[in-house]
Amino acid sequence: MSGRAGNVRFVLVVSAPLGLTACNVWQSALDAHGQSAEAVLRQFYGFTALSAGIWLLVIFAMIGALRRRRSLAERLAAPLERRSRPEAFATIAVSTAIGLTAAILIGLTTWSFMTGRTLASLRGRETLTLLVTGDQWWWQVRYEDSQANRTFTTANEIHIPVGQPVKVKLESNDVIHSFWVPSLAGKEDLIPGHQNEIYLKAERPGVYRGQCAEFCGYQHAHMSFLVVADEIPDFEAWRSRQVATAASPTGEEAAAGQRVFLSRGCSICHTVRGTPAGGKVGPDLTHVASRKTVAAGTLPLSRGSLAAWIADPQAIKPGTNMPRVALDPDELNAVVAYVAGLQ
Amino acid sequence: MMRSAASTVLLAALLLTSGCEREKREFKSERAESGDRDEVALSSLSPGATPPQVATSGRAATFEGNAYHVAQGKRLFTWFNCNGCHAMGGGDSGPPLMDDKWIYGGTIENIVATIREGRPNGMPSFRGKIPDDQIWEIAAFVRSMGGNLSKNVAPQRNDDLNPFPAENRRPPSPPTTGGQPLPASRGTQ
Repeated sequence: MSGRAGNVRFVLVVSAPLGLTACNVWQSALDAHGQSAEAVLRQFYGFTALSAGIWLLVIFAMIGALRRRRSLAERLAAPLERRSRPEAFATIAVSTAIGLTAAILIGLTTWSFMTGRTLASLRGRETLTLLVTGDQWWWQVRYEDSQANRTFTTANEIHIPVGQPVKVKLESNDVIHSFWVPSLAGKEDLIPGHQNEIYLKAERPGVYRGQCAEFCGYQHAHMSFLVVADEIPDFEAWRSRQVATAASPTGEEAAAGQRVFLSRGCSICHTVRGTPAGGKVGPDLTHVASRKTVAAGTLPLSRGSLAAWIADPQAIKPGTNMPRVALDPDELNAVVAYVAGLQ
Repeated sequence: MMRSAASTVLLAALLLTSGCEREKREFKSERAESGDRDEVALSSLSPGATPPQVATSGRAATFEGNAYHVAQGKRLFTWFNCNGCHAMGGGDSGPPLMDDKWIYGGTIENIVATIREGRPNGMPSFRGKIPDDQIWEIAAFVRSMGGNLSKNVAPQRNDDLNPFPAENRRPPSPPTTGGQPLPASRGTQ
């Protein structure tokens, strides 16, 4: 019997820290750093505080009503007798409560409307436009520019300048996905055959995690991305690095890796700008090593995780459209050396 | 009476479970590029009284009987630009795939070999470029376009707007000479 109790205690102790996971600020709407998210968060706290206050008042009034002793006159009075003084008091109290309720509801509706205006106020003021396309299970990001030679495509990592409104156009290649960066803004769906848009404005530099918020298939959970808010000079520097074509491989191993990359399955799906590899099906790998993660946020980027991912994608992300390409160990090492050098 | 009703229900329940295999998703691929395990014949002619000797690995059932593999094949068919030459089965600069004329054989092993090795007059060889399992998936989809697979594994039509039914539900286009479809015959699908 004591063993059973010990087990229960063990489970309780082990599961207690699970309650703390909600405090992680890595991806949380309670950790707002964007204009939209801050407006929504203010409204959330306001609504919650006001509703809690009203709930307490109602509960106190109810407890008061239950505990109140009736006076002798009340107890002796005939049930249907009209007594003017308490009646008048009740009329005033109920009318005031109805008036307050209406005023609070109108006030909250107005507040909600004003929050909507704040969210919409970014529209038309954007200094940067992105086209984000959802795929099972990764994000393609196209930086648009009126100068064609300043446009480029990347994947799974979005850099934006701090304090600048950014327009994100959302499309999908297969099923419905949803673009959600809780620290910056709300959710917006990516719908096949239809273009949606959402506006982001980061107030502080930082790395904010985003996640697909609409179940989209087997690896929905592994469809995340990062939004990196940089100071404007850092952003411009990043952008000019991304616009450039891929660096030539340095060293014998990386050069061999490039030959494997171009002659085997890799180049059928992936683009590396500046080489003949021009596949449009998978993520653009021109500067893949400059990103922080591999496989849409599944693994942190390192040589090891690149090797693991290329060696057997189905073991890491079952169902992903990246196939296992039969490479012998030397070829695998060479390809990893080449890809890890694509800064 | 009761017993026969009970056995009918039991049989019906068993029939339901038989549908489960068609959706089973097998993600693990074979380590090596298998390729050489199927010995296919490109002709139905053979000297002597017997037909050509062929040997198959038995992988056909895995791919032809599975809706997931066929649907993946449909996706890859577009991704790898098969429709660049074959259109969605109706044929263009490449021969149509939804008719009953198979220049290099119509079994899935033949089609896999055609994709992997390529064929004269324009079909490129995808050996080493497309992993073997994906070639099998594409071949299974190609078979489905002519209505050669069971209807419960054939892929649905695309999500995007399309005035036609799915390829595998259209009437087959009339056979035309390989590689040279007449423009008039393309309007009839």
